[in-house]
Amino acid sequence: MDSLVLVSVISIATAGLTIAFGSIGPALGQGRAVSQALSSIAQQPDEANTITRTLFVGLAMIESTAIYCFVVTMILIFANPFWNYFLP
Amino acid sequence: MTINPDEIVLFQWGWFKINSTIAYTWLVIFVLTFGSWLVTRRLSSEGKLSRWQNLLEVLITGIKSQIREVSRQEPGPYLPFVGTLFIFIAVSNVLAIVPGYVPPTSSLSTTAALAICVFIAVPVFGIASQGVLNYLWQYIQPTFFMLPFNLIGELSRTLALAVRLYGNMMSGTIIVAILLTITPLIFPVIMQALGLLTGLIQAYIFAILAMVYIASASKTREEIAKKGEK
Repeated sequence: MDSLVLVSVISIATAGLTIAFGSIGPALGQGRAVSQALSSIAQQPDEANTITRTLFVGLAMIESTAIYCFVVTMILIFANPFWNYFLP
Repeated sequence: MTINPDEIVLFQWGWFKINSTIAYTWLVIFVLTFGSWLVTRRLSSEGKLSRWQNLLEVLITGIKSQIREVSRQEPGPYLPFVGTLFIFIAVSNVLAIVPGYVPPTSSLSTTAALAICVFIAVPVFGIASQGVLNYLWQYIQPTFFMLPFNLIGELSRTLALAVRLYGNMMSGTIIVAILLTITPLIFPVIMQALGLLTGLIQAYIFAILAMVYIASASKTREEIAKKGEK
């Protein structure tokens, strides 16, 4: 197999794996965070402002791990540094 | 489709290049500065407010109350920095509904520059509020062996700040571009609307996180004073 083909096959497959596995954890974490926040708001509706603000900041922190995986995927597909070594 | 708006060169003269990130950043700066100048030219404190003055007052009061709630301090010294971060990022994200506009925040250069601003502002505010020695004392706070971990934490949160904003904005444009090739009629519009929401939330989160970092560096003197009283 040509080394260019090898690099592209491996990077495309790895990109799919990265975004697939990288979104499992944040999805579970965000679901858990939202369910906890909803039950807290149901218990204490007066504190809804504080809870919502903290929830949004926390969701962004959790989501950033998924975003890192997305950035790595995009680099693998569109800006792979290893392709330049094998391009004729 | 490109993941880096730095590569879109609008104007080139020899080695002097204007790429779309620079051009649209200056556009946003111009819109903000000129708009604020236009609104604050005729301020009135009594009678009927003009609607634009009302808008700016609501915005500033909202930012002030958010800073006060997050940091539990008076927002005075932090308002210019944090408010500027929020307004700049929010405007440059929301203008994405204008066709042909590329948000400068979807380039890693812009977000890295903003994150470096936060990285520099944290020690500046910390030292200004509690002095050099007290600020540096925080780095060896639990024990001396935590020093490298504190330094790594400082660097990695700056990186996270930059990549989070960049990834969110870049993913918005990429998703719309991909959807245009699959379902070009209605669905991209929904994702654009979702992108507006994401842009505002990311601006809010960037400003709030900057405020949290600054507050954690500058809060300790009051805590030290409270401990001294006890």
